[in-house]
Amino acid sequence: MSAVASWAADFKARAPALPGANLPWLAALRKRAIDRFGAEGWPTRRKENWHHTSLAFMEEQVFSATGTHADPAAIVARLRAGETTPGHWLVFVAGHHAPALSAIGALPAGARLISLADALAQADDATASAIEQTFGSSDDGDSPAALNAAFATDGAFIHLARGLALEETIHLVFIAGADEASRHLRNLVVAEAGSRATIVEHYPDSGDAATLTNVVTRIDAGADTNISHLKLQQEGELATHIARLDTQQARGAALASHSLSFGARLARHDICTRFDGEGGEVLLNGLYHVDGRRHVDHQTRIEHASPRCNSREFYRGLVDDNARGVFAGRIIVAQDAQRSDAMQRCDNLLLSRQAEADARPELEIYADDVKCAHGATVGQIDDDSLFYLRSRGLDELHARHLLTYAFAAEALARIELPTLRQRAREALLARLPGADALGEMLEELA
Amino acid sequence: MLEINDLKASIDGKAILKGLNLNVKDGEVHAIMGPNGSGKSTLAQVLAGRDTYQVEGGSVTWNGVDLLALPAEERARAGLFLAFQYPVEIPGVSNAYFLKAAVNATRRHRGLPEFDAFDFLARVKAEMKAVGMKEEFLYRSVNEGFSGGEKKRNEMLQMSLLEPKLAILDETDSGLDIDALKIVAEGVNRLRSPERSLIVITHYQRLLDYIVPDQVHVLAKGRIVRSGGRELALELEEQGYGWIGEGGDAAAGAPAGGPR
Repeated sequence: MSAVASWAADFKARAPALPGANLPWLAALRKRAIDRFGAEGWPTRRKENWHHTSLAFMEEQVFSATGTHADPAAIVARLRAGETTPGHWLVFVAGHHAPALSAIGALPAGARLISLADALAQADDATASAIEQTFGSSDDGDSPAALNAAFATDGAFIHLARGLALEETIHLVFIAGADEASRHLRNLVVAEAGSRATIVEHYPDSGDAATLTNVVTRIDAGADTNISHLKLQQEGELATHIARLDTQQARGAALASHSLSFGARLARHDICTRFDGEGGEVLLNGLYHVDGRRHVDHQTRIEHASPRCNSREFYRGLVDDNARGVFAGRIIVAQDAQRSDAMQRCDNLLLSRQAEADARPELEIYADDVKCAHGATVGQIDDDSLFYLRSRGLDELHARHLLTYAFAAEALARIELPTLRQRAREALLARLPGADALGEMLEELA
Repeated sequence: MLEINDLKASIDGKAILKGLNLNVKDGEVHAIMGPNGSGKSTLAQVLAGRDTYQVEGGSVTWNGVDLLALPAEERARAGLFLAFQYPVEIPGVSNAYFLKAAVNATRRHRGLPEFDAFDFLARVKAEMKAVGMKEEFLYRSVNEGFSGGEKKRNEMLQMSLLEPKLAILDETDSGLDIDALKIVAEGVNRLRSPERSLIVITHYQRLLDYIVPDQVHVLAKGRIVRSGGRELALELEEQGYGWIGEGGDAAAGAPAGGPR
């Protein structure tokens, strides 16, 4: 059972075996976090940012790993086959680092890529302090982030030294299964000034099991860093996926976040960034597809806390059957954040009469010299486009599939690395009907 | 042979075509001229199968087949082509993909082997050269960000690739400068053949300096009110459409000559 009381009881039983249990500061943070979760419980619609997504059902929900048919080795092999360069692979199964499946290439001096549990075991002062900050920061998130802080078993710890450019992509693979029905993952990226890297979080389909994934990723982007983060959520049809991405950008830091959410019964993504110095840039790019009775919710928050920063946000949703897609994008421009430039769009394509999409911009602007534009649409396939394609001999179904793909392709085009773009395209096509024909032709003419 | 008999069509309850008759024999080029709002584009769209228009009566027979019974895509595969007055922009779909899908849909229908990417690209590049389009347009999204002239060239490219038996050009000349107009005309003239018919819809006669029609028809208020030879177009150029009466009938002062 996932009732709040049972988590509290579970915590007592498990706390001694959690990583870092011997570290008093961490034990205290975990205790504080479980107390907070116990007091708040699962978020319900009464909370403003949970207005469209209630987790009240969690009280009754029984999570189970039964039904995960995952062969983790096969999943990792398939993922790696999609890459043209070796990359660095850090693999987690059921919430724990799987060294046998991981493959970390030769890292340049100054790059650290290890599991969080290992980082805690080695804990030098700098590492401990970084980890302490991320666990402490869950105070900012909602109660699921507190639950994560209490239970986090593992995740990636990435440290990039000053000026380090990591050419190879870091792939973090999180596979559900084994006997763990729920997994609480915590990733920490510390990018020192001038460093650059591309980091991918993979959540592949691990089978038809009612599992819970609760993940918090934190990126500390130092001055003039360039970090690209891509998340590919393809969990099974019964899975619940709750995630938070928290980033802080120092002066001149450029960050790109691509959130591709194609799987899970319920997926909730909180994506937050804050400009702590001037001249920062952020791209929040998102694409989701939901069908059946599934539900996806993106809540983004961009805090222009410093002047002369630039944010670009583009979300696109495909919503089919009785599914529901939710987007709320909050942009906060502080009083002294003059010359802020923010742009936000969310466009949804409804593929059935019962589908529902909610797109809501929320702007709080306290500065006066700012550029701020936003727009949200919910629509259907354009009749003129459909007729144009049919008038050239494409049958209606093919034309619909093509236009659906094309709508989503705009989001894919914003992914810079060709191999990641291709991977995202394949993940999208796997969700769309009639994709066989589309996929073949797209490849030929790419 | 295309035979349109007493065709009536409406949109949102508003009658646009009010009993239109027109016969186009194989190999012929017919020009349809008329003032704005006379129903020229409606005729083009109804023939191409746009279902936002309701056909209220009449018939359209094409080579013995009831054209109105076919969905738009089947008309296209059977060889009907409409060059759009306002070609649609489709972001996210490359022109190459679109053109190949269109060509292969038609080839399947005709029992011809589909082109593979290699053969298709060779063919499309040759045709692009002929209509004066740079190759980069192949890899851009369909019509997205194309200028008016580029969009019309793209329509001509599709027409030459699809080798239609009946092509309808809906104001393809509008918004074109004289060089682009000549390219369009060349494309059309290259397609002229004894088994292919063309309907050229235009507001102005200047396109007809380059595409010489077999017959010219004047469409007004949903009916063909005059038909004649090429010289009718020149008369219209001189006299305008003011002679058409309120009821759509030729009023006194209509240009003399030409069959009524």
